[in-house]
Amino acid sequence: MSTALRNRVAIVGVGETDYSRDSGRSEMMLALQAITAALADAGIAPSEVDGLMTWRVDNTSEAEIAANLGVKDLAWFGDINQAGNVGAALVAHASAAIVAGLANVIVIYRGMNGRSGARYGRGEVTGRRGQGGSAFTEPFGLLTPQHGLAMTARRRMHEFGTTSRQFGHVAVSEREHALRNPRATFYGKPLTIEDHQESRLVVDPFHLYDCCLETDGGGALVLVSAKRARDLRQPPALIRAAAQAGYAKERAFVDTAAASLAPRFWAQAGVAPSEVDVAQIYDHFAPFVVFALEDYGFVERGEGGPFVEAGGIRWDGGTLPVNTSGGHLSEAYLQGMNQLIEGVRQVRGQSTAQVADCHLSFVDTGIGTGAILLERAS
Amino acid sequence: MTTTHEPVGDRPPFPLPIPTEDNQPFWDALRERKQLIVQECEACSTLVHPPRPMCPECGAFEKTWRPMSGRGTVCSYVVTHQAIHPAYNGFTPFATVLVQLEEGPLVTTNLVDVSHDEVAIGMPVELVATELSDEITLPLFRRA
Ligand SMILES: [Zn+2]
Repeated sequence: MSTALRNRVAIVGVGETDYSRDSGRSEMMLALQAITAALADAGIAPSEVDGLMTWRVDNTSEAEIAANLGVKDLAWFGDINQAGNVGAALVAHASAAIVAGLANVIVIYRGMNGRSGARYGRGEVTGRRGQGGSAFTEPFGLLTPQHGLAMTARRRMHEFGTTSRQFGHVAVSEREHALRNPRATFYGKPLTIEDHQESRLVVDPFHLYDCCLETDGGGALVLVSAKRARDLRQPPALIRAAAQAGYAKERAFVDTAAASLAPRFWAQAGVAPSEVDVAQIYDHFAPFVVFALEDYGFVERGEGGPFVEAGGIRWDGGTLPVNTSGGHLSEAYLQGMNQLIEGVRQVRGQSTAQVADCHLSFVDTGIGTGAILLERAS
Repeated sequence: MTTTHEPVGDRPPFPLPIPTEDNQPFWDALRERKQLIVQECEACSTLVHPPRPMCPECGAFEKTWRPMSGRGTVCSYVVTHQAIHPAYNGFTPFATVLVQLEEGPLVTTNLVDVSHDEVAIGMPVELVATELSDEITLPLFRRA
């Protein structure tokens, strides 16, 4: 496994807008406000940016962003196709470009009116109208991402005995973290297990509080070489590992892509899951936090439910605090961007639910299809 | 292109499949013979569903089509309660089921004459080829 990227690139700036249900601003404006905030955080002038990357599903173009920032020479750009799950893949691509000398200052950004604009929870937005592979799913009513994911969740519940109440402990743990985070959508709004269990079913087995928020907002990361990072404003978050995985081949509707990604990811990182201090895990749906804990090897298969039920992912007393800003369930849903930002904050020592003496900060950006490991610079 | 179709019988107006060169025989067999067929690799005999150009086990492009018995068991299911697409309006709660055929492949489908709260993993089911239009017959299932 290649270790060529290990700690040679750092995330040196993070920025975000406010999170709301109706931003009243364009997605371009949200992206640019986040990008300029991230650059200010890093202490790097916008004109120095020479690389821009975003999600394929983002509606802004790198060229338009560059024309606003006053970029002199856009040497590296690109987006990655799939859906919301490409955050780690973007970090991996950007890191490789910096190590290869193709660009020096790369900004990864996401600007989305995810509530007032195109809503990812709606079949009209995510449906493919019976085309391609959807010819075998949509005619039977699988019209949104949550439909297929709920199918996997049900099968795993059956095979491993995981319960809806255990998924509720994910939602409640994350809400506790959000209560410490003034930026969070659900700041000041406690949630109990009973609230979760009594909340309406959206797509059974998913209750309302298993589902992520829909958010208007923007976020951005600034990446430079580890060498350059030493002289900047913030403590650098070194990228110890960054990798992506296309899909899960072996057991459809059981495995997440982490089943194939995990061995290669931990080999690249050169550490064991047990050495990680804090994790951000893509929680479009709460059950997938449990499944990620299992498929990345933080716990054995079938132990994820009991682990979250025993408080294992809580900042207060857990052995692996997860989604310490509130995650997609309680902070905001920026398709992994807000979790990448929180992963950086943890190694900087700047989280509102700061894990003491945090050296290794893990971020999964969706169903095991990509992950990064950040390390505090010594 | 319209996003939904008119309801047929008691079916919600979900998108109809758009057949391609890679899967036309699958839809033809349902329409012409009310038969469920699955792509079989000519080189290594792997059953591949949904149909696709290549065999993921050995890389062969050559394939035949093998008729299935039509029997299987429920492997997983979801029940849509919230109408998160207009096609669901008036049709929730509604179960979508993943059936494992006795030959192995997984098929997404709906059960006829089974209420959403009766569906269970392990339930034995059998094919009911159900005509929706002149072009499309869907592979639905019922309790066996
Ligand atoms: Zn083959």
